[in-house]
Amino acid sequence: MTRADFIELGYLVAASLFIIGLKGLSRPRTARRGNLIGAAGMLLAVVVTLIDQAIVSYWVLAAGLIVGSAIGVVLAVRVKMTSMPELVALFNGFGGAASVLVAGASFVEAVDLGLVDTETSTAAAATAIIGAVTFTGSIVAFAKLRESLHWHGFSGIRIVNTALAAVSLALAAMVVIDPGNTMWLWALVAVGSVLGLLVVVPIGGADMPVVIALLNSMSGLAASATGFVLNNTLLIIAGALVGASGLILTQIMSVAMNRSALSVLFTDAPSASAGVDADEVYAGKIRSTSADEVAMILETAGRVAIVPGYGLAVAQAQHAVSELAKSLEANGTEVVFAIHPVAGRMPGHMNVLLAEAEIDYEKLLEMDVANPTFAQTDVVIVLGANDVVNPSANTDPNSPIAGMPILEVGDAQTVVVIKRSLSPGFAGIPNPLFAADNALMLFGDGKVAVTAIIKALAEA
Amino acid sequence: MTLVISLTLFVLAVFLGIELISKVPPTLHTPLMSGSNAISGITLIGALVSAGTDHRALTTWLGFAAVVLATINVVGGFVVTNRMLEMFTTRKPKRPVAETEA
Repeated sequence: MTRADFIELGYLVAASLFIIGLKGLSRPRTARRGNLIGAAGMLLAVVVTLIDQAIVSYWVLAAGLIVGSAIGVVLAVRVKMTSMPELVALFNGFGGAASVLVAGASFVEAVDLGLVDTETSTAAAATAIIGAVTFTGSIVAFAKLRESLHWHGFSGIRIVNTALAAVSLALAAMVVIDPGNTMWLWALVAVGSVLGLLVVVPIGGADMPVVIALLNSMSGLAASATGFVLNNTLLIIAGALVGASGLILTQIMSVAMNRSALSVLFTDAPSASAGVDADEVYAGKIRSTSADEVAMILETAGRVAIVPGYGLAVAQAQHAVSELAKSLEANGTEVVFAIHPVAGRMPGHMNVLLAEAEIDYEKLLEMDVANPTFAQTDVVIVLGANDVVNPSANTDPNSPIAGMPILEVGDAQTVVVIKRSLSPGFAGIPNPLFAADNALMLFGDGKVAVTAIIKALAEA
Repeated sequence: MTLVISLTLFVLAVFLGIELISKVPPTLHTPLMSGSNAISGITLIGALVSAGTDHRALTTWLGFAAVVLATINVVGGFVVTNRMLEMFTTRKPKRPVAETEA
């Protein structure tokens, strides 16, 4: 067996470990082991690559591996669970950038050695554009999620983006037609970087889960395209697996918002311009309540459902909510959490926060499971969620969120909404739920309000 | 390796990925995303070859930058996923084993 065969066999084992690992990640009980199996696959892949005889300068590699591992571990250990979407976006961007650099380096090498064929140049062009868009798009998503970037672009940005996409395709064609000149490839990387930036800039808040999932998919596709440049089976397979999983998450998120991924990327968020006036919806119908009153209602409740939203993450209220759930349970009340698929800023964001607060994942109900149970629920507590519980999605065909599946919390006996003010959610529309006869508004910071309720419960 | 074989691998892996992931419960969406994100850092092995072949300074430096970025992606991704999944462990005592023994 030659050394090359040995490496290929190592890659086959690594690919199998990735597949077993991903399979494990799909069930709560096996997820942790799955992740470790994936990591083992990666370690094996790196080790067998290092025996490749083309590699001569090990110092450079050791330096890169050490620096990268140190930065990666520090970032991963320090991040707060509420900031997880940012970190995933950042890692995504690094993966995309790495793919571009690898494809660029091996394309330059192939040109130098006169070994460029159409397959290599096409794959290099594909990597350049997918990877560059993934890189800058992820960095913009990272900055937006950290709230350090508030720019929403300029009017006509979607037209500019369409033009940039066309220019990218033209440059990609030039890479294939005139592979001897590597400038075409670098120009493509530059234009792709601007495109990634401008595509994500206008996208905000509640659309983020779709964008993060899509960027995740693209980082996989970029790795796969790099595999075509290098003729590397492991890159092709692993990248395709990640690309497919990201696409599925994108699809789940899009369905949960009743918007297609393309419309999130290339059209403006539906605006409330034609919508209803907030004063008309709310006037005279809002009933404000106090923590004491909420505690009294909760004391006699048999079943309580808590609906968390992005506001929970902003207020860092997950531990307070967990404490509330425990004191209610001590009182004999059944407590569940109803989670909308796009609550938060990335798929599964709420679940991670509640897990951090030591809430058993079996108490977290998906939308389809939770909805039929609200009619038998005494109290629903909506905490930092808005659009995902807005009944206009079902009742008003002109609403920007018309058709979006929502949590039907209005079916419960009493709905307590904890919210800073009556300000609209991401969709910019008033929420008739707040004016409903069975709804009570508890105004204030999520964490402060929940803590006050716990205190009132203890004193009662 | 021919293009056709590469494309075959790609398409089959996409179908496999769809099969593997389509039934993941929403609770695991975030760890799945960060875990699969770490796997997409597989581009690291390409980076190692680019940085290590000593072809010329440009490719070595491009490769080195790629090694650093991809390693952050890989190591950070697996570590943070593990950190999240640790929290998902149920703290309830396990059910009695009587069922399996009977």
